[in-house]
Amino acid sequence: MRNALGSVDTVLLLGGRSEIGLAIVERLVRRGARRVVLAARGGTAPADGLERLGAEVHVLDFDAARPETHAALIEEAAAKVGDLDVVIPAFGVLGRQAVYDADPVAAARDVAVNFGGHVSVGLAAARRLREQGHGTLVVLSSVAGVRVRKANFVYGSAKAGLDGFAQGLADALHGSGARVVVVRPGFVIGRMTRGMTPAPMSVTAAEVADAVVAALDTRKGTVWVPARLRLAFAVMRLLPRPIWRRLPR
Amino acid sequence: MTLLTGWGRTAPTRATVARPRTAEEAAELVAKAGRRGVVARGLGRAYGDAAQNAGGLVLDCTALERSWRVDSTGLVTASAGISLHDLMTALVPRGWFVPVTPGTRYVTVGGAVAADVHGKNHHVDSSFGAHLRSLRLLTADGAVRTLGPGDDLFWATVGGMGLTGVIVEATFRCVPIETAWMRVDVERTRDLDHTLETMAATDDGHRYTVAWIDLLARGRRMGRGVLTRGDHAAPGDLPARARGNPLAFAPRPLLSAPPWAPGGLLNRATVRAFNAAWYGKAPAAPRRVVQGIAPFFHPLDGVSGWNRLYGPRGFVQYQFVVPLGAEDTLRRVVERLSGAGVVSFLTVLKRFGAGTPGMLSFPMQGWTLALDIPAGQSGLAAMLTEFDGWVAAAGGRLYLAKDSRMSADTMAATYPRLERWRQIRRRADPDGVFVSDLARRLRLC
Ligand SMILES: Cc1cc2nc3c(=O)[nH]c(=O)nc-3n(C[C@H](O)[C@H](O)[C@H](O)COP(=O)(O)OP(=O)(O)OC[C@H]3O[C@@H](n4cnc5c(N)ncnc54)[C@H](O)[C@@H]3O)c2cc1C
Ligand SMILES: NC(=O)c1ccc[n+]([C@@H]2O[C@H](COP(=O)([O-])OP(=O)(O)OC[C@H]3O[C@@H](n4cnc5c(N)ncnc54)[C@H](OP(=O)(O)O)[C@@H]3O)[C@@H](O)[C@H]2O)c1
Repeated sequence: MRNALGSVDTVLLLGGRSEIGLAIVERLVRRGARRVVLAARGGTAPADGLERLGAEVHVLDFDAARPETHAALIEEAAAKVGDLDVVIPAFGVLGRQAVYDADPVAAARDVAVNFGGHVSVGLAAARRLREQGHGTLVVLSSVAGVRVRKANFVYGSAKAGLDGFAQGLADALHGSGARVVVVRPGFVIGRMTRGMTPAPMSVTAAEVADAVVAALDTRKGTVWVPARLRLAFAVMRLLPRPIWRRLPR
Repeated sequence: MTLLTGWGRTAPTRATVARPRTAEEAAELVAKAGRRGVVARGLGRAYGDAAQNAGGLVLDCTALERSWRVDSTGLVTASAGISLHDLMTALVPRGWFVPVTPGTRYVTVGGAVAADVHGKNHHVDSSFGAHLRSLRLLTADGAVRTLGPGDDLFWATVGGMGLTGVIVEATFRCVPIETAWMRVDVERTRDLDHTLETMAATDDGHRYTVAWIDLLARGRRMGRGVLTRGDHAAPGDLPARARGNPLAFAPRPLLSAPPWAPGGLLNRATVRAFNAAWYGKAPAAPRRVVQGIAPFFHPLDGVSGWNRLYGPRGFVQYQFVVPLGAEDTLRRVVERLSGAGVVSFLTVLKRFGAGTPGMLSFPMQGWTLALDIPAGQSGLAAMLTEFDGWVAAAGGRLYLAKDSRMSADTMAATYPRLERWRQIRRRADPDGVFVSDLARRLRLC
């Protein structure tokens, strides 16, 4: 159970090797979480660091591309640790637009993970949280979905779908005791973006995690990281298409 | 489906709330509780998550039977849903007073038993459970059992936070009074040592004692406060106007906090001003005053809904006890709090006498300190966790009816009779039908 000062007891991370996801989990464990489930492809994930911090860690096999397994996975996680206080689907792939242009099947496959996987996981988690009468679903959206750019519009459109899904789910869960926090990071320097030139206002996984953990303490439903991206995108949303289209990245 | 919180208004969760009118209705509801279980709720005055059950059933017991009687010796039998306010309103004019009252009258008899509540008379009279003759408890099997102090389940229920069943009725002994007034000595103390010494040296001479501490005072004034010691007044103590009807008792809230009360109304500046005024108004030398029961025992009941003044994020109450001899721990806590400039509107210190055999009862011989802190205060979680460690190391513990944040590990380390309680509970409720957010958070069951 979440306590009065925002500390939680149990966490489920889907995409159990995600840099951002693990950074969030580590902070939650430092603040008192004692039971963690890491769900990752092949059933392997770095448990030892969290164990050293005093958590009991369970690792489960999970594939975002297989939606038919998602409801059972959520139940299995709850059977291991009890009520799920925080659920973090952090899986995702950042494919290159040029590759997608040449391989529409690959594009559809990644969209099925980046959007479809989040829909089946999100709905299954929401059902569990609703039954529990409490709990938080952290959805890792992206500014890439706030206004989709031609440079990565397959990834961006999946994030746009995910963002809309998360907002709708947040409203659907209103009053249920459960809630959704939508996280919109900008460019995060790290594993997913390795080799790419950082965009303006880049952040690290640690900064994203700090912002998410801070939001869990409040009633905030949306977190921009860094916070000033909110204003930046309020402006960018208004840019006329001909200008938007010509942006270099 | 309703979102519920405790008095501190933190960590809301959703439950189905039902309001049984009879023990039979309650038994039917318990039998139908689904896999998320059920817990009883009284007037929701526990600060944390004790009377919440996320995703499950909560039985609002305030309509339960609602009968009471008193015999010529002051033995009272009351339904669990009756409030101490209602009982006092009926009993005081008849010359009886409840054996123990917490700092608010708006608690139910069931809540008083389930938390084994203590009052300003703990040093001489112990807690509520010590005055109980018997209980009627609706257990998971649907039976209503009559329990007495000879039964294990009785002492698992007294202080058991509703996790052994639904208390339907309690029989306890009241104390005779001649007036509805209190004879009170008020005295200012200079610093913490002075507060502790004066209290330890003089509280045996009074039935009711408590010290209010000015947490914002630092340096040599750290731990200064106002000590009040009271006894039920005799008719001769009363002002002339009250002598005609010395047992008259009809308290009403004077004010009501508006529902839109802005957060942060109780902030550092207002609390500092309040503390200075409160301390300044108390006499430096002991002074005797005659006060009504309500302002003496329940000053906060004068403002209904005052918990909303803390704003939407709510507040936590931190109450711990450490054994006599562990005054150093108390001093360290007060030092840290006043050093950190923690805003606590009401900080109360009291010396406890002997506890009851209640396995999860809070009070034990020692010092107890209670403070209210807005939940948004930065660094609060880490500081209180640090205090938990000090309290545990000193052999003390935290009060479940006030707690909303300790960890399961702290709980297990500080309640030595927890395992025994679990065994007895398992026997009475093998399927774990009775469960609450508190029980889940602290892994009690
Ligand atoms: C301003 C204020 C001052 C206070 N001062 C003191 C004090 O001086 N000393 C002290 O000891 N406490 C004090 N308290 C705490 C309060 O006395 C306890 O929390 C008490 O249990 C509240 O009773 P309630 O009827 O509101 O119960 P709730 O808060 O509704 O429930 C508290 C617990 O009792 C259980 N319970 C309630 N009814 C039943 C029932 N019929 N059967 C089984 N279980 C039941 C619930 O399951 C829950 O675990 C104070 C609280 C406030 C708000
Ligand atoms: N990095 C950024 O710039 C950025 C910005 C905004 C939003 N985000 C979003 O934040 C989330 C976390 O990203 P991150 O930075 O932590 O990236 P990351 O370290 O690359 O983590 C992504 C994880 O998703 C897993 N994954 C991919 N496909 C999967 C599948 N089919 N089934 C199960 N797991 C799968 C990957 O598993 P493997 O370990 O097997 O590869 C990887 O562990 C993602 O949703 C991402 O879109 C990232």
